[in-house]
Amino acid sequence: MGLGAYVAVSAALFALGIICILVRRNVLYVLMGIEMILNAANINFVAFNRFGDNGLDGRMFAIFTIILAAAEAAVALAIVLNVFHLFNSVKPSEADLLRE
Amino acid sequence: MSETLLQRAFYGVLGLVTLAALGWGAATAGPAGVAFALFAALTLGGGVMCIWERSVVRSAFALMATFCGIAGLFILLESDFLAMAQLLIYVGGILVLILFGVMLTPPDLGERSLPRIGLGAAFVGGGTLWIAAKVAASANWATDSAPGEPTGNEAFSTAERVGVGFLDANGYVVAFELAAVVLTVALVAAVYIARRKRADLVAEPESGTMGGSR
Amino acid sequence: MAFLLTQELPVEHGGFGGFEYALLLAVPLIPLLGYALQMSLRKKLPWGDKLLTLGMGVSMAITVFMAFKAIAASHHEGFQFFHESARAGHGWSFKWLYHALDWDAAKNISVGILYDPLGAVMLAVVGIVAFCVHLFSQGYMHGDKRYNIFFANISLFSFAMLGLVLSDNILFFFIFWELMGFMSYSLIGHFSHDPDNPYFHRWASWASKKAFMTTRVGDVLLLIGILMFFGWTDPELGRSCASFRFTDLWAFSQEAVQAHQAAGGVGFPTWMTVAGLFTFGGTVGKSAQFPLHIWLPDAMAGPTPVSAMIHAATMVAAGVFLLGRMFPMFSPEVLIVVTAVGATTALFAATIGMTAWDLKAVLAWSTISQLGFMVAAVGLGGVTAGMFHMTTHAFFKACLFLSAGAVIHACHHEQDMRKMGGLRKRLPITFACMLICTLAIAGVPFFSGFYSKDMILLSGWAAILEPDGFTGWSVYATAALSLAAILTAFYMFRMVFLTFFGTYKGEIVEGHHGHGHDDHGDHGHDDHHHEIVHAEDGGVAHGHGGPMPKEVGWQMATALVILAFLGFFAGDFPSLGWFNIYHPHPWFESLATLESLYPNVSGWMVERFEVSEHVEHMAHARAFWGSVLVIAPAGILAAWFLYMRRKDLPAKITGALGIVYETVANRYYIDEFVKAAVIAPTFALAKLLKLIDEKIVDGFVLLVGAVNRLLGGFMAAFDRVVVDGIVNAVGLVSQTFGAVSRLLQTGRVQQYAAFAFGGGLLAAAWLILS
Repeated sequence: MGLGAYVAVSAALFALGIICILVRRNVLYVLMGIEMILNAANINFVAFNRFGDNGLDGRMFAIFTIILAAAEAAVALAIVLNVFHLFNSVKPSEADLLRE
Repeated sequence: MSETLLQRAFYGVLGLVTLAALGWGAATAGPAGVAFALFAALTLGGGVMCIWERSVVRSAFALMATFCGIAGLFILLESDFLAMAQLLIYVGGILVLILFGVMLTPPDLGERSLPRIGLGAAFVGGGTLWIAAKVAASANWATDSAPGEPTGNEAFSTAERVGVGFLDANGYVVAFELAAVVLTVALVAAVYIARRKRADLVAEPESGTMGGSR
Repeated sequence: MAFLLTQELPVEHGGFGGFEYALLLAVPLIPLLGYALQMSLRKKLPWGDKLLTLGMGVSMAITVFMAFKAIAASHHEGFQFFHESARAGHGWSFKWLYHALDWDAAKNISVGILYDPLGAVMLAVVGIVAFCVHLFSQGYMHGDKRYNIFFANISLFSFAMLGLVLSDNILFFFIFWELMGFMSYSLIGHFSHDPDNPYFHRWASWASKKAFMTTRVGDVLLLIGILMFFGWTDPELGRSCASFRFTDLWAFSQEAVQAHQAAGGVGFPTWMTVAGLFTFGGTVGKSAQFPLHIWLPDAMAGPTPVSAMIHAATMVAAGVFLLGRMFPMFSPEVLIVVTAVGATTALFAATIGMTAWDLKAVLAWSTISQLGFMVAAVGLGGVTAGMFHMTTHAFFKACLFLSAGAVIHACHHEQDMRKMGGLRKRLPITFACMLICTLAIAGVPFFSGFYSKDMILLSGWAAILEPDGFTGWSVYATAALSLAAILTAFYMFRMVFLTFFGTYKGEIVEGHHGHGHDDHGDHGHDDHHHEIVHAEDGGVAHGHGGPMPKEVGWQMATALVILAFLGFFAGDFPSLGWFNIYHPHPWFESLATLESLYPNVSGWMVERFEVSEHVEHMAHARAFWGSVLVIAPAGILAAWFLYMRRKDLPAKITGALGIVYETVANRYYIDEFVKAAVIAPTFALAKLLKLIDEKIVDGFVLLVGAVNRLLGGFMAAFDRVVVDGIVNAVGLVSQTFGAVSRLLQTGRVQQYAAFAFGGGLLAAAWLILS
């Protein structure tokens, strides 16, 4: 399959990731959505790397993305647990102390 | 009752779409196409399922399917090391973290009703796709080769190449080191943020966190 | 005036010692200084009355001294008294306006002193009378509430009169004339400040206004006359006089008349006749001639010293003095008018004087009558006679008034002669003075009044006997004056007999003693309207009873004696004609000749008014024998008969005369006529104007106010609706913005994420697609 297919998949996954963030009323879905988005970006990197000079740059960047995604997921989970303890709810709309 | 009907209808549609995709893949590019279609269906289907599922646990596992599909796509893209790394880290690490989160939070019955920003979300998502389509339509997709045909340097396998790249002074050694620092910091930060406060320790009404998952 | 104190005097004079000049200046300025001191220091000035009297005495001394020099100079030719330039037609002049403003057109407007024979005598008269009045007032006004202010006022009045006599131009003459009018108003109204004295309180305020208003009419006419003489361009000469100085006016009038006659006219130019008539209008007002005489009887509401000084001796004489100063400018037509008015006034006032019961009223009418004599004399051409009578009249009338004041004071403010009587034993000094002066006014030989009245009748006869002078008016005037003289003698002696002879008819109440003029109770006259005093009750002020009358204090007595002395001697001293009664040479006659009075037009005046020796002798004979044989005896005997012998006869006569007597006693109803014809329409006009002012003018103002309010309402509504609306709208916009913006700040993470993604999307779309 050509580059276009991979880019299409990446774009679709990206959109799904956004929708997942915005639609569900559970902070864990926000986490999952973020992972989906990051993965979509990864696909893009690797696809363009393969169909470009087939070198190292895109793949290296993808690796780093994965590393950072992992670090971010850890911290994010810690935050989610903290927020949950504070507001006693997993609904992100409950944590609206910044309202107005 | 209509809930289950909707579920089944949805799954049916999803399956049909998957089959159609497989057929299309086969039709266009033979076995490579099928493989691609399979992994793409896995990825996107997993994403849809993740959004669609009412239960958080099931959504998490749908996400796992997505990760696996992406790993397959990496393999198809001649990035075996990356595929392995994807599986190891994402499925083995991040997904576990998410599952921990699921377990530590109360069960969420997941309302079916569309939240207030549903329209906005649809708009955003649709808009993204539309942009992508426009860009795609305007791009000149000059592809070098079909998948499965190696190009470029084969002297090293991807893993070796990545490893050499990590240690190469002209390459990514600085980034490598920084990544290590970041990980350390993230580790410390996660521990710190997630610590139990003294107040929680003293008066501890175990608010049903271990509600278990259904 | 600081100019005059410096060395550089831009004064046109030469030779007359600066010392005499300074003395003459001091004469009016001393009373002025007294006034200023008294009014500024009020009660804090110690012995203010005595200080002012002393000041007036100093002025008097100066005037008398200078007058003696003048009289001596007139008897000795070559005695350098009058400055040469005085004979040439200049006094001392100071072109104040020209020097102050450096204004060419004002070159002829000057201020200065004219000290000629007439002025010298008049100045001495005023000085003496003023001093005597000051002295008399110390006794008479004792205890009055506004005692010090009274003295200040009469001092200021003296300043005005002295200034009037000294001024060398008609403008300043007029200024002082007006000031005297105002002082007359203040002084007549002296008692109007005393609400405890209801009789005088209302009468005085009314009378003072009446005096001022009536003389004002005369003043306006005088001003018109002055301005005409100043600025009228004579058609023959082609220029106007353009100067206010008397000497310039005389010279100009001579030139104008001679030019007019050279051009073929006869007599005076018409404009000079008209101007002369206007000028005479001033005399009619100020000297209480018919028809402007109405204020003088009511002026008796003022204190008696005021009556003595102002309304007997000085202010009313100012009108006659004016005639003397302006005499060269009166045409024969004007002189006929003057004669007619004067003679009529003399006779008419004498008839009313016969019917008066109030002591001061008799004297007031007698003053009007004597002023008529003076005015008629001037009209007949005897200006010297008129001025002489003015001099003697001042003395004896002032003495009469002051004596009357003494009598009234002694009788506890009783002014009705019917309640007096037999006072000659109780008030001997007063009686003596009053008798002397009554003899003088009646024209008994050896007394001053005889000489002056004789001169007046002489002028009258001379006017008849002059070859071209037999005009009807001269005959009328001489006849009227002679008849008036008889009546004068009659009613003056009537007054003396009623007051001093017989038995005292007043109430005697023990216990009242030594009070002032203002601690009276009600007089029983509250509802008496004193605008017009009717004859039914005699129109007199009533006093209340008190102890038997007793003689006056030393101050009053001194003043009376001085004036009585002059009333006796002022006629013919120090001439040797003392024993030559048939050929008197009164000092005045040689002092104030036509040549010395009008030095720069003397030839022209002599030509107009000199009478031949022959005519003079004939006229003198008729006048003299007429006076001695007919006038004085007739009057005195008639009075003696009616009021001493047959005391019932007067009542029978008045009863028989009936309505005639009523009319005369009610002053010919002239006051009523004036009230109906002049005063009532003026008040009606004032009411109408007031109505117009209230309805129309105020209505208009209120309308403007209402319109303003309406506009204000509109503005308020506009402000409320539009302006506030705009402001509110702005606020509303802000609020809306805020409300809208608030929607963005939901605090919800997913919505923030949605916005972020949406914004990024839009940016990407714009970047990629554009």
